[in-house]
Amino acid sequence: MIGAAFFTNGPVQVALIIGGGAALVSAVVGVFTVLRGQSFAGHALADISSAGGSAALLFGIRPLAGFLAMAALGAGGMEAIGARQIRERDLVTGIVLGAGLGVTALLLYLDMTTTSASGAANTVMFGSMFAIAPATIPLALGVGLLALAMTAALYRPLLLIAIDPDLAAIRGIDPRLIGLAHLLVLAIAVALSAMTIGAILSTALLIGPAAASLRLATRPGTAILIAVAIGLSATWGGIALAYDSFYWTPGHGWPVSVFVVMIVLAAYLAAGPLGSALARRRMARS
Amino acid sequence: MLTLSSISVAFAGRTILHNVDFTLAQGSFCGLIGSNGSGKTTLLRTILGLVKPDRGTVDTGGHEIGYVPQKIQLDPFMPLRARDVVALGLDGNRFGLPLPSAARRRTVDAMLTAVDATGFADRRVGDLSGGQQQRIMIAHALVRRPKLLLLDEPLANLDLRSVAEVVSLLHTLSFEQRITVLLSAHDMNPLLPVMDRIVYLANGSSVSGTVGEVVRGAVLSRLYGYHIDVIRVHGRVLVVAAGGEDALDADAACEPVHVTQIR
Ligand SMILES: Nc1ncnc2c1ncn2[C@@H]1O[C@H](COP(=O)(O)OP(=O)(O)OP(=O)(O)O)[C@@H](O)[C@H]1O
Ligand SMILES: [Mg+2]
Repeated sequence: MIGAAFFTNGPVQVALIIGGGAALVSAVVGVFTVLRGQSFAGHALADISSAGGSAALLFGIRPLAGFLAMAALGAGGMEAIGARQIRERDLVTGIVLGAGLGVTALLLYLDMTTTSASGAANTVMFGSMFAIAPATIPLALGVGLLALAMTAALYRPLLLIAIDPDLAAIRGIDPRLIGLAHLLVLAIAVALSAMTIGAILSTALLIGPAAASLRLATRPGTAILIAVAIGLSATWGGIALAYDSFYWTPGHGWPVSVFVVMIVLAAYLAAGPLGSALARRRMARS
Repeated sequence: MLTLSSISVAFAGRTILHNVDFTLAQGSFCGLIGSNGSGKTTLLRTILGLVKPDRGTVDTGGHEIGYVPQKIQLDPFMPLRARDVVALGLDGNRFGLPLPSAARRRTVDAMLTAVDATGFADRRVGDLSGGQQQRIMIAHALVRRPKLLLLDEPLANLDLRSVAEVVSLLHTLSFEQRITVLLSAHDMNPLLPVMDRIVYLANGSSVSGTVGEVVRGAVLSRLYGYHIDVIRVHGRVLVVAAGGEDALDADAACEPVHVTQIR
């Protein structure tokens, strides 16, 4: 059913480009986020960014700018409150998350009462893949490239810190500064995917592909490639299925986000047994 | 090679180390012995510059230092092969993606050979045994050829055979490459055959010297502040407080003095 019309459809083209970009950035950044044990921070930043998305609807600015600004602010807030231990870090994340969601609740209320954006909550929380303005493409590509460049720059220090922060510190790397830089990259990644598959579901694109890839890969580069492959398949596959779903139930299609999340989940579930099988083969060979 | 002069460290007003002094000559193999909480990790981190002492100075002669931290928690899903961990010891502080380089690979391979880890170099590091991981961390610490190597409890959580293997590996490296080794442990016995110096920590203070000079009842009694007996039996050393726990004062009760039990 997917023919030429799929690829020449304007909103579909925008969705393929921006959705693909968001999936790519999320997958790459996600590998380091999972390695650093910051999945919760990633989810929290996405939720916090929803305040920006809601504000953007209220003031009529570009949603991505809103998502980005709020995610970066959340990252800064987490760092400013500061935390030395993982446990404490989770508490700080939770506190900043609560504050952010409170603001979101207010803004969404205002969206729905003072503007005509009646579907605001749905758009912000569950995404609007087919309703992205083409004018968003340059900003999305710009910040996406920035996030990838920063991750490439931080590649080795991030891995060294993942082994042990002191090993990085004695080589002149400040683990805290690198951590903050990674948090900002994380903010970009979640803002991008919040705009496409929604604030709540962006965690799926951030954590799912990375978690699946870490069950399969023995090297960081391979892990990143596998995560990207899963993220792109899920997003593009989700767009195709959502487009197709217009023919399943005449009149209205299914949301893209549903398909994306289902594909990611399937990949993760398959990665478990596949990873064990690979590990057995490696053991048998060595 | 390494000189500490009257190092004092306090955390939140509590003195952890008080006037710690010692000097290590190049190529010496020194055990840093003390019970849990005696300040071994704090002392090593002070030498590395990770803890700023309240008083005193550390002189490493400008030498680069290799370090193996205590209790490295390698996530089983960490996507790093053993050789990747060693390579990160070489240039893990650099920014940007690592480009494939024959020279880099040769250096890493040589180090893997030196620690006898070629057999598991391509396995995921989280899948390795404790002893194998310890070898890899030693290779990580030594791949830049530092002349001073600090190891924090590298023998903890290893079975007896792995302990003997790691000790003999360190001794060989120290001997052949004239590397000064400072290694912390709560049990000195596995180190007795190889260490030529000992720094003994208790009550925040230290004594140092050869094993014969330090591990004596009179010396350790002065350090602990109550009567200590040193018993040598079957080539092992037992450090015991005379009269058992009852004889210990309130302070010492928190700090068990039985450095070693017969196994
Ligand atoms: N950053 C810190 N802040 C406050 N207290 C600390 C800090 N680091 C260590 N301490 C305290 O200093 C004392 C010495 O700790 P240290 O870790 O150096 O002992 P250790 O000899 O290495 O013990 P172990 O054998 O358990 O590893 C302990 O009482 C510990 O609680
Ligand atoms: Mg310690």
